[in-house]
Amino acid sequence: MAATLRNVTTYDLRLAAPLALGFVVFFITPLVILLALSFQADPQGTHYGLTQYVNFLGDRFSLGVLGSTLWLGVKVTLLTLLLGYPVAWLHQRAPSWAKGIIMLLVLLPLLTSVVVRTFAWVVILGRQGIVNAALASLGLIDTPLKLLYTDTGVVMALAQVQMPLMVLPLITALGRIDPNLADASSVLGAGHWRTFRKVTLPLSLPGIIAGCLLTYAAAITAFITQSLIGGGQMLFMPMYIYQQASTLQNWPFAAAISIVFLVAVLVVVSIFNVLGRLSRGYTNA
Amino acid sequence: MVSASPSNPAAPRGRTLLLDGITQRYGGSVAVNDVTLDIRGGELVALLGPSGCGKTTLLRIIAGFLAQTKGHVIVGGETVDGLPPNRRSVGIVFQNYALFPHMTVAENVAYGLDARGADRATQRSEAQRMLDLVKLGHLGDRYPRQLSGGQQQRVALARALAVNPSILLLDEPFAALDKNLRLDMQIEVKRIQRLSGITTILVTHDQEEALSMADRVAVLSQGRLEQFSPPTEIYDAPDSLFVNTFVGSANLLGGVLVDADRSGGKVRLDAGGLIGTRAPKGDLRPGSRVTVCLRPEHLRVDPGAEGVETLNGVVEMGLPLGATVVHEIRVGDGTAVKVSEARIDRTLLLAPGTPVRLAPIAPGLASVFAAA
Ligand SMILES: Nc1ncnc2c1ncn2[C@@H]1O[C@H](COP(=O)(O)OP(=O)(O)O)[C@@H](O)[C@H]1O
Ligand SMILES: [Mg+2]
Repeated sequence: MAATLRNVTTYDLRLAAPLALGFVVFFITPLVILLALSFQADPQGTHYGLTQYVNFLGDRFSLGVLGSTLWLGVKVTLLTLLLGYPVAWLHQRAPSWAKGIIMLLVLLPLLTSVVVRTFAWVVILGRQGIVNAALASLGLIDTPLKLLYTDTGVVMALAQVQMPLMVLPLITALGRIDPNLADASSVLGAGHWRTFRKVTLPLSLPGIIAGCLLTYAAAITAFITQSLIGGGQMLFMPMYIYQQASTLQNWPFAAAISIVFLVAVLVVVSIFNVLGRLSRGYTNA
Repeated sequence: MVSASPSNPAAPRGRTLLLDGITQRYGGSVAVNDVTLDIRGGELVALLGPSGCGKTTLLRIIAGFLAQTKGHVIVGGETVDGLPPNRRSVGIVFQNYALFPHMTVAENVAYGLDARGADRATQRSEAQRMLDLVKLGHLGDRYPRQLSGGQQQRVALARALAVNPSILLLDEPFAALDKNLRLDMQIEVKRIQRLSGITTILVTHDQEEALSMADRVAVLSQGRLEQFSPPTEIYDAPDSLFVNTFVGSANLLGGVLVDADRSGGKVRLDAGGLIGTRAPKGDLRPGSRVTVCLRPEHLRVDPGAEGVETLNGVVEMGLPLGATVVHEIRVGDGTAVKVSEARIDRTLLLAPGTPVRLAPIAPGLASVFAAA
């Protein structure tokens, strides 16, 4: 019995070996190289030090890029949550045929390339785009609104592109809530709003946190959408790193920015994780 | 409320509940078919029937979760058809208790009071009072997951009663409890129901539970009301073959009705023997094919039995069940008949193959229905 159990475990470990190897070769090693690179004081690597970090943290422009990237993530996450929660809630309450349709609409973005989706937003938000054309023909505006290459445009496009990452965990979380709880609440005298506020919302917290975490991480690293919709005027961390590495060939500085960005993201992720663990302790039956 | 007793004129009287011709259709199928129940204030009524007969559907209609296709729900003389659940003054204990997992026991019990706008102090004292009533006064700060099944059920009961509802609905409340705990909780619920005088509907598929707890039992089959009577009447004077076989057990024997009037009937059984029965239901006339229901405990094995009521048979099997002995006996027409007798005579256990004679323990106990 004990022998069989051990066999099962070793077998399992061997199955995981290819993945572990890939992880070491393609993730750990580059990360270590990146870290080493970031301590080079000059691109030639003649001597080492904290120069690159001092440069980054002492530079208002660089800090501004970091700040606006992290803030962009917050805005996208909030918008996605605001738009995604009702969709997930609707999915939960819909009859089964409508559930299928809602799920298809949620998943549809994942079935097309990010590039295609982003170009669709370029068409929608452009000066001659759908939004401006509609507003103009309704006589609401005389001159086209500037939507493309603005912060608002980037947030809107990112929210749409990352929507499935928010809605899917929410659907899972809402689906786990015993439907009798809402009935129990209403029969005890609570209206829809109170039931939502006191029962449904708190019990869906694990899904909210998981969705926010995924959306946030995806939004701040979304190189393609950020650069295509943001255009040349707006600079976020992924593009900044790319420019330093590729255009300016300043690899040590690019590595240092990457490490700073990584640490900033890790801090945010661990905050979410702590919240997640708290909410799970709080909602588990 | 706690000190009041049902005989005390000051005891609160529950509101009456009238279900008037309730029908519920799901697409093409009929889940509840023209059910009318007139329930007195303070009464404990059991809805009894096999799974899928429409019990939960009926409960959901009373609570207002489901709008019935036809008919009316009338509480205390007032129609509540248009009211949403939060304005119906109904309390429910769900089969899975449905306690709010993110709230403490005390918060669960206070939930309805909070929803009704009671201030914090009232909420706290009322919740404590209800928890004391269900003997869980010391566990208010726990979370539901920290309680046993029986304790969770008490909390669910306290939560439902805290808002002082007109009607209490219990959906298979004891099904998830083990046998000993179930009996304790049945007694507990009955005690609290008597104390509060609240009109209560208990949904169950367990006939013993229905018969032991309810003032009256409504037996449902395939969405139809088969009988609505006190437990003893359900058992002793079933209105239909379904009720006779679903509640308790019964031997079914074919025969021909030879004589019938208001006081009783006589049936010549296919297995031989002329048996006296209760008055036949409906328009059965002498000469009709009938099915006779004889409960196992209404028969005795008696080698010395004589007379027209006697049946001849051969023992197939004998089962000593502690206080009783059950024999399965094959009678003249090939039917296997079960006979259950108190084991007063310790030697009473007959070997398979023994020829025996059977007789009813008293005349007129059998029920008779039109042949199926
Ligand atoms: N939402 C529903 N849609 C369709 N049919 C249903 C629905 N709810 C219950 N039914 C059907 O109605 C009948 C009665 O169900 P129910 O009231 O749950 O029975 P019970 O509680 O007595 O087991 C069953 O045949 C069931 O399949
Ligand atoms: Mg049911």
